[in-house]
Amino acid sequence: MVVQFVNKFAHSMQLKGLVVNMKKNSSIAVVGVGGQGTVLASDILIDGLLELGYDVKKTEQHGLSQRGGTVNCLIKYGEKVYAPVVSDNEADLVLAFEKLESARWLSKLAKGGHVVVNDFEIHPVPVKMGKEKYPENIFEALKENIDNLHVIEATKLAEQIGTSRVQSIIMLGAAVKILKLDIHDWKSIISKKVPQKFVEQNLQAFELGLKSV
Amino acid sequence: MKQVMLGNEAIARGAYEAGCHVAAAYPGTPSTEILKNISKYKEISSEWSVNEKVAAEVCIGASMAGGRALAAMKHFGLNVASDAVFPAVYEGATGGLVIICADDPGMNSSGTEPDSRNFAPHMKIPMIEPADSQECLDFVKLAFDLSEEFDTPFLIRTSTRVNHGSTVVTTGERKNVPIKTYAKNIMKNTNIPAVARNKHQAVEERILKLRDYSNTSELNRIEMYNKKIGIICNGISYQYAKEVFGEDASYLKIGFSYPMPDEKIKAFAASVETLYIIEELDPYMEDFVKSLGIPCVGKDKLPRCLELTPDIVREGFGLSDTKEGYSVDINTPVRSAVFCAGCPHRGIYHEVSKYVGKIVATGDIGCYALNILPPFSVTDTMIDMGGSITAGIGFDKIKKLSNRDLKTFSFIGDSTFFHSGITGLIDAVYNKAAISLFILDNSTTAMTGHQGNPVNGKTLMGEQSTMVDIEQLVKGCGVDPKNIRVIDPYDLMSTRAAVKEAFEATELFVVISKQPCALLKSQQEARKGIHCQVNQEKCKNCKVCIAKTGCPALEISNGNVKINKVDCNGCTICQQICPFDAIERIGG
Repeated sequence: MVVQFVNKFAHSMQLKGLVVNMKKNSSIAVVGVGGQGTVLASDILIDGLLELGYDVKKTEQHGLSQRGGTVNCLIKYGEKVYAPVVSDNEADLVLAFEKLESARWLSKLAKGGHVVVNDFEIHPVPVKMGKEKYPENIFEALKENIDNLHVIEATKLAEQIGTSRVQSIIMLGAAVKILKLDIHDWKSIISKKVPQKFVEQNLQAFELGLKSV
Repeated sequence: MKQVMLGNEAIARGAYEAGCHVAAAYPGTPSTEILKNISKYKEISSEWSVNEKVAAEVCIGASMAGGRALAAMKHFGLNVASDAVFPAVYEGATGGLVIICADDPGMNSSGTEPDSRNFAPHMKIPMIEPADSQECLDFVKLAFDLSEEFDTPFLIRTSTRVNHGSTVVTTGERKNVPIKTYAKNIMKNTNIPAVARNKHQAVEERILKLRDYSNTSELNRIEMYNKKIGIICNGISYQYAKEVFGEDASYLKIGFSYPMPDEKIKAFAASVETLYIIEELDPYMEDFVKSLGIPCVGKDKLPRCLELTPDIVREGFGLSDTKEGYSVDINTPVRSAVFCAGCPHRGIYHEVSKYVGKIVATGDIGCYALNILPPFSVTDTMIDMGGSITAGIGFDKIKKLSNRDLKTFSFIGDSTFFHSGITGLIDAVYNKAAISLFILDNSTTAMTGHQGNPVNGKTLMGEQSTMVDIEQLVKGCGVDPKNIRVIDPYDLMSTRAAVKEAFEATELFVVISKQPCALLKSQQEARKGIHCQVNQEKCKNCKVCIAKTGCPALEISNGNVKINKVDCNGCTICQQICPFDAIERIGG
């Protein structure tokens, strides 16, 4: 079992041409607003990471069964993972489905890590009510402060495919590209996880995601 | 098969593989998904019970009848169920009997954060604590076997990060456990005092046997690495300790935490230089270790409040954190919880909010508790499930004694009414409380994610069942029919009239507000294509609609009020409030 794991691990790493510290775990913060498909993208990610031979853990925030709340799924993977939580300054990737959420969860990002953010705004209630302002300079501020920012138009691209629902698979495509996990057969997992009649659209979305970063 | 599973899903799988026959629960975060997942296994007769005491009793009965049974609840639930679990410990278990109690350190979805481990020595019930999903599955299976072997119910105590964490699990097959033949045995299955006196002795002897088991069990596992530091830890704290200390310390991982393994603790403590105790909330293990006369370091370094994290553990023990990150100076407005667009609670609280200052509003547990925030700001008090009615009776007594001019309004949802409200209503009838009770019937247990309950007549097994009629029930409790009103909270005029009557009532008065939760699938389909829109020519931009409803479908866009037609379900509360007749309903 262990040998099988190490072989598989070494194989995938070799393909990527990376120098790997086997002790170091990687982590991802998938963040967005309820209803955007963050949970689906996270579920596909963890299934793929498991197939790649990693130990993997995920924590989700469950709360009121209510619309419009902030949603986060924290994923950690590596040879052996203990704590299922991702601490501040720890995530290799913050995958933000919404602009404001990328700023809210930036504290999770480790030095040198990547932020992939969907160029899409969902206004919180205090903003809708005119009590607070939706910050205007998010991307400028991020660009100034962090090293690896990738802004993609996942919602817009999804609508071009025919439904905004596939935005989560576009985000997934971008994530696996950034994490250098694109060698894996993600398409078979996607095909199993989405309703049969939407498989084609989702596979198309995944391709777009891969190319978006 | 190897897969990643939620802790709660793994508990359900463990019950399935253990050959469990009956499972019952009342929903409560973070335990809800246990029964939701168990219901996928048709071999198990599962139910949403009306409260946790009922769930526990259903399972105790099933165990006495010879089957294996599991009851699941959040920490508050064990408070409710404790009345049944205490005697069940004396009565033992014929079929394996497992009680799951999910604690919520950090109060992610709870109003307090009690440490339910303290129940185990109080109830004298053996307790097991898993640290990840694989252990959830394995420990549930083991608990069923041990329950039968030691003739006692078992408590499995989890915490949010275990219940809602997803980790790798290898699943197995279901064991076919035959239901035992039933034989009447009043010495075992009753607790009349003459019988119970002997049984207490038996319970104490059982605890000694379980202590031996705890000392030898692999559930209490020693992992020796560096002997300078020895760490005793449990559940999720084990994961944090391992993450922070790695192989720089040795571990005694406590999986069987009542009775605590005294001999194993002594041996472990003797083999390390310094002993740390890492546990969330109370010093449950630390107090036990100290009672053995063993010095250790625990709560003087770690907080008693909220949940731990690897960073808190690291900081507590003075280890340096080398992680670096980024920060930006951006104000991020919160996505505060509000009544959803189309929420039926909006209409009733809009009308009641006009009486703020003239009423005391005793509240209860459910989505409607969000009325505590602006623009409604109605609720004065919140205690526990059912506490709205009974606290209202207390307020009414003081009102009468002090001649205070504050009418008491009590608010309770349908599921909470069935859970613990009915007894309070009967008390109000019997003791002549002149409160006005609002039963907010939205046809579901909404807050925890739309579980079935007696009003919607759909069982967890997917069967159609009797829909319990709240109006008949209220009448049956003895409320005078002339003091009962049934209203549609989408209709503000009739709601306003009922609230006025409730305010002026001099006897017990009940308003039943009936309108399904807007997020129910059936409701979304029924109202498809129906929405409101602003007639920009008539709109004077006064924004009263936004200020009074706090509806998230309304927004200010380029200075004008707009209605998001995807979120809006055409409930028309904003239309009825608009002073300029500038909102129109489309469709339906």
